[in-house]
Amino acid sequence: MEATIAMTLLTILAVITLAIIPQRNLFGVIMLSSAYSFVMASVLIVLDAVDVAMTEASVGAGVSTVVLLAALHLTGGQEYPRPRTALLPMFVATVTGAALIWGTYSLPGFGSPDKVIHTHTVPRYIAESASHAMPPNIVTAVLADFRGYDTLGETTVIFTAGIGVLLLLKGRRRKANDASGDGR
Amino acid sequence: MIKGDVILRVGAKLLLPFILLFALYVHFHGDYGPGGGFQAGVISAGTIILYAIVFGLEAAKRVAPPAIVERIIPLGVLIYAATGLPALLLGHNYLDYSVLAHDAAHAHEWGILLVETGVLLTVSSTMLAIFYAFAERGRE
Repeated sequence: MEATIAMTLLTILAVITLAIIPQRNLFGVIMLSSAYSFVMASVLIVLDAVDVAMTEASVGAGVSTVVLLAALHLTGGQEYPRPRTALLPMFVATVTGAALIWGTYSLPGFGSPDKVIHTHTVPRYIAESASHAMPPNIVTAVLADFRGYDTLGETTVIFTAGIGVLLLLKGRRRKANDASGDGR
Repeated sequence: MIKGDVILRVGAKLLLPFILLFALYVHFHGDYGPGGGFQAGVISAGTIILYAIVFGLEAAKRVAPPAIVERIIPLGVLIYAATGLPALLLGHNYLDYSVLAHDAAHAHEWGILLVETGVLLTVSSTMLAIFYAFAERGRE
């Protein structure tokens, strides 16, 4: 049953991706990629990764859609027609796609319990979160307690990224204002 | 500001408090259920963004002034980093929560809640500041 649901959702993902390719209206592209994120969140729930699903639903389907729509408002809703034949982009996309598919062959099989990601530190986290009075949600325990340094780094990354985007979006505007002030 | 669309405005007004309450639930219940500071931060930023979309950017700026939002971005990181300092000063490892309370269970609960609050503030204000920056550019 679970496999059927996962396969149905993955098929919907593939259909959405194929629908995005011929789309020239950027509003349609944003709406379809928002739908993609939403279906992806459902896939993650089927895979029992509820924390990731919640992030995907709120960031992927929610906030990033709004930010993309705001960007669309600034740039206009239609994709420019291609200036020449798309042979080079086609080549780059094919090679990158082939490399990614080739890469999946060396990944461990889905859900295989004897691979290193499940045997290296995970048993310790599970055992110690019970004995060290950690919160019942092991994901929270790993994020905020066992790997507190990593999450501090992550928060700093969000801070840095936010400051960078704000500088890009706001710094240029001030320069434009200065230029117009000089002209007067 | 969308004028005349009563259903949208009334619907948004009905939904907003529950979305905000859900964000708080996700934050404070992160120890037991899915979610935590990051997800709660995005959801609470989404509340203000929805408010801005339905009631206009100016109304949203009165609720969450951009100057304050931009100051909260570093505040969150500072709260997170400061949570680790007591342990450092008392001779433990940095971000070791066990010094924050007398018994281990409470210490970890407090430590996790504090760092998650830092994450919530930074994530929420970053999302909101980026949204403001985009929305403001559009009206020039």
